[in-house]
Parts: sequence; C-alpha cells; structure tokens
Amino acid sequence: MTVPAEPAADRGPAVPVRPAGAAGRRRLPRPGLLGGVCLAVVAVLFAAAALGGLVFPHWARQDLLLGVSGPGAGHPLGTDDLGRDILQTAVVGTRSALVGPTLIAVGSMALGNLLGLWAGYRGGWADALVGRWADLVLSLPALLVTVVVVGVLGGGYPAAVLVLAVLSSPTDTRLVRSAVLAQRHLPYVEAAEALGLSRRRILFGHIWPNVLPQALANALVNFSFALVALSSLSFLGIGVPPGAADWGRMLSENQTLMYDNPAATLLPALLVVTAATAVNLLGDRAQDALDLRARTR
Amino acid sequence: MTTTSPATGQSPQTSAAPSPGPARRAGHPLAAYAARRLAAAVALLLVVSLAVFALLALAPGDLARTLLGTRSATPQALAAVRSAHHLDDPFLVQYWHWLAAALHGDLGVSVRTGAPVTQAVGDRIGLTLQLALGGFVLALLAGIPFGTLAALRRGRATDRIVQGLGVIGLSAPAFASGLLLVHLFALRADWLPAFGAGDGGTLDRLRHLVLPCVALALSVTGLLLKLTRAAVLRELDADHTAFALARGVPPREVLLRHVLRGALLPIATGAGLVLAYLVAGTVMVEATFALPGLGRLLVDSVTYKDVPVVQAVALLAASAVITVNLVVDLLTPLIDPRIRTGGTR
Repeated sequence: MTVPAEPAADRGPAVPVRPAGAAGRRRLPRPGLLGGVCLAVVAVLFAAAALGGLVFPHWARQDLLLGVSGPGAGHPLGTDDLGRDILQTAVVGTRSALVGPTLIAVGSMALGNLLGLWAGYRGGWADALVGRWADLVLSLPALLVTVVVVGVLGGGYPAAVLVLAVLSSPTDTRLVRSAVLAQRHLPYVEAAEALGLSRRRILFGHIWPNVLPQALANALVNFSFALVALSSLSFLGIGVPPGAADWGRMLSENQTLMYDNPAATLLPALLVVTAATAVNLLGDRAQDALDLRARTR
Repeated sequence: MTTTSPATGQSPQTSAAPSPGPARRAGHPLAAYAARRLAAAVALLLVVSLAVFALLALAPGDLARTLLGTRSATPQALAAVRSAHHLDDPFLVQYWHWLAAALHGDLGVSVRTGAPVTQAVGDRIGLTLQLALGGFVLALLAGIPFGTLAALRRGRATDRIVQGLGVIGLSAPAFASGLLLVHLFALRADWLPAFGAGDGGTLDRLRHLVLPCVALALSVTGLLLKLTRAAVLRELDADHTAFALARGVPPREVLLRHVLRGALLPIATGAGLVLAYLVAGTVMVEATFALPGLGRLLVDSVTYKDVPVVQAVALLAASAVITVNLVVDLLTPLIDPRIRTGGTR
C-alpha cells in the first residue's frame, strides 16, 4: 500500500508543463508523522497476515482444563473459554481480516473502473444506464443487503466478498466516470483519436493512467469500509465459519467473557478500529493530496 | 471522501433544469418536479420489492419446505403451502399476489413461530425507532457543530483533531465501540446497564438505551461531520460569503444566515446516506446490546432461514431509505430557492 507516494511519480506525460509560479512548485505533501504511523500500522498488519499462521501454528490448541483466564504467564492476554490463547488467535485472525477487504477493494476497483471508463467515454445511453445503476446501489445500505443476500442464499465468506465488491463499486464508477469526462476533450485524447488509435488503447493506455491515482485513493477508502463490513458480518455469524480465527468471530464468541477476561473482546475490537482507521486516513490523505494537486496545477 | 456524493446529490439540478418547457404551461414547475421524483421513488421501490421477493425463489432448497420450516412436511401440508403461496403459478404472478397482499398489510406468516409477520414486526419496531431516533439526534448534535467548527478552523490543530476523531468514528464498527462502551461504563464503572432493553418502565428503558444510542451515534457522527465540514468549507469559499463580510455584515450573522443556510442543502441531500448508516448501525447495535428490535429480528430470521420475516424487514428498511430520499428531494426546493427557478437567476 504505497499509494500516497505514487501519484507524484506517474502523472508526467499527461500534464504538459507546470507553471513555475509559487503555486506550481507546491509539492505533494510528505506522509508526515500521522501518515508514517498509518503506513507502519498497515505494514505490521500485512506482515502479521502473511506470517501469523507460521509463527503461531498451534493457535487453535485448546486447554479445556484452563478455560477462560486473565493475562498471565504463558498467555500474555489470557485465554478464551476453550483455553485458546487470545494474542495468538488475534494475530492469526489478521489474515481473514485483510484478505477479504483486499479482494473487495481490487474487485470493486476493477468493476467500477471498467464501468466508469465505459460510461464516461461512451456517453449517451451507456452513461445513463450506468448512472441509474450507481444511484440504485448507492441508495441501499450495503451491510444490510449483504446480511440478507448472503444470509438467505448462503455461500459464506466468498459470497460476502463478492456481494460487497459489487456494492462498493459505484463510488469507483462515479469517480472514474467524472475523471474521464474531464479528460475526454483534452488535447492528448483528441490527438490520440486523430492518430486513429483504437478506443480500447485510448481508454486503457492513455486515459486510465491519469485516472488511476484517484482510483487507488478511493480503493483505500473502500478497503477500510470492507474491513468494517466483513468483521460486522462475522460478528453477526454470517460468512466466516464458527471456530475460525477472525476478529469479528472472536468478538461475538467472547462477548460473554467480558467479566472474566476483557482482553478477549477488547483486543479484536481495537484491532478492527485501528486497521480501518489507518487505511481510511491513508485514503483521505491521498485524496486530499490529489485534490491539492488538481487545484494548484 | 467519495461516499459523500450520494445518489440524491445530482437529482435536484438535473431534473429541475428542463422543467420550464412543457411544465410552464401547467404553471407549476414544482408540481412536475415533485411528480417526477415521486415516480422515480415508486419505480425504485418496485425494483427493490421484486429483488426482495426473488429472495424466496432463489433461496436454496424446495420453496414449500422452506416455507413449512420445522413443521412436518406431510403431502397435505406441502400442498396447502403451495396453494397458499401460489407456488404453482408463474414467477411474476406469484410476485403480484405477494405485492398485493403486502400492500394490504399482509406479509405472510413467520416460518419459525407461525405468527403473522406483521405482528412480529409490530412488536419490535418501537424499540428500533427509539434507538434510531436517539442515535440520530445525538449524531446531529455532535456532527454538525463539530463539522462547522472544523471547517472554520481549517487546517489548524482543532480541524485536524476533529477530523481525526471523525475518521476513527467512521472506521469503528458499532459493535466495537459498543463493546468498548460496555466495558468502560457498565463493567468498570457500574453506571449503566450493559445488555437488554429493561423491564418495561420508561426510566429503565431510557437507562438501557443510553449506551446503545451513543454507540450508534458514534458511527453516524463521523459521516455527518464529514458532510458538514465539506459543505461549510464550500460556502466559506463562496463569493457571497466574502461579499457579505466585505459589506460589513457581522461575522456571526454571516455564519448563520449565509454559510450555514447555504450548507444546509448539501447536508440534507446526504440524509439518505446517513439513514443507510443508521439502519446498518441499528442492526449491529441491537446484536451487541441484545436488544429485541427489528435488527435483531432480521439477524435471527436470517439464521433460521425464516424468509418471510427477512423479506418484511428488508422491504421495510428499503422503503424507509427510499422515502427519506424522496422527502429530501421534495424539500430541496424549499431549502434552496435557486432550484425553484431552475437555477437561471
């Protein structure tokens, strides 16, 4: 997730010459302290997602004689009612917390960008159709739709990921569509058209790279939304199967242990909030930086 | 953030613009505008209701057995269910029967309890409305003043802190903040009850609703804060604000009568999005605090595959969101006179 740094690098060919005035020399803000902290948090979480299962292969080992216990020797944050270590379960659970949102952000970006490019470039009925579709989806509470659809029709975690990817794509669609409309009549597009380049090549080779930074910033915001939504679903018992290492699952299964070992619920709750906040802040900062560039250009 | 441009954002301008033509003859461009919004809302409701009805047909397993639930599936019982639900008719005919019954207040029978769905919904809707209203009012009281404050202190420490807290609120699922609240205020400091809806007394109910309402409000406040800050910033940058200040209008007056008045419309058009957050938040909060409301009913019914109840709650939620969007669309000409005249002045 190196997105905030990225927009500065590519942009080059499309924007002709920057004005040399004071405003033009304004650089993309550096990540700053907060941005750096967010990047570090995200890096640690992805490392935990990749390595958690290797470091703690026996996280699911039960100790029924011990049962629920507070923080102590051998179990820094205590155990749940089956005697499983809270810290290990939470670390291993990072994977299911991050994989789904990553798939959703990528899938939603792919679908949304395709529709947005098509609608913005084609205009007319295609634009109207895609616009109505985006209106319809945006007017529905995504979490509720997922609860109903996945709960009744089944399909578990993969189905939840698919439904959420489709439901979060309209923001991408709108963003890309309006960006395409803004680029559509710039000289470089008209030049490409005059050269007789194919529509596909103009869209993907010339327009899309200029829209990509905004799309990536939006993908971060979508990621954060998906993380919250998926953990909400598993808290409700939809999606992730019982007994799996998952933050939302831990929260709902350990809710009754709040008196005996508060860490069993507070740790996954804090992890969800921390992860979602870090990614959301990164997305916000990337968007702000892009807005600033757009204004000062 | 991009989610702050909801479906309703573009509607007033685009749909009001062409009205001076044929509608001028009728003398009421507003009536034509209202009629168009109403027709769009009804069409949307029909699409959503068709999707909700299709849930039953798409649910895995035999329809009649799904509707029988745990009752014994004798041939007679199956035949009775088939005829009661018109299961042998074509899909659209079934939909028509279902829709007609739903419009008459008959949403079928709960598979799990055998009681009418409307009764199950009616028993629980009160609690959910109390919760949602409480959460909404708290969110308004926090989101709009702090959003305005952040915009007025743009770029300064206050702005950054308020915005940061807003992002945390937006990123914290209602169950996470709810459990944190329970831990702090119910377990650590035994001030408020942790779970349940109370024994029925008004005061007791209020005490039980404090933490759930705060948890619900936290998630919605982040969104309102963002909407408000963006809207107020836009107005602060507008020419009319600068001109009013230059004319010597007291800053207080400029804030109230120019900036906030202008910011009202974009905030109001975000109401649909706010309600969507509120609805989703209510489901989560009811699950967290073991409150027997509609959200809890929905989740329980989903778990037990009680499709008629799921359909009813889903339809109710969708209708609420669509209605609020419609009301906002109809109110926008009253909030913003420019729309009344098609923006030509």
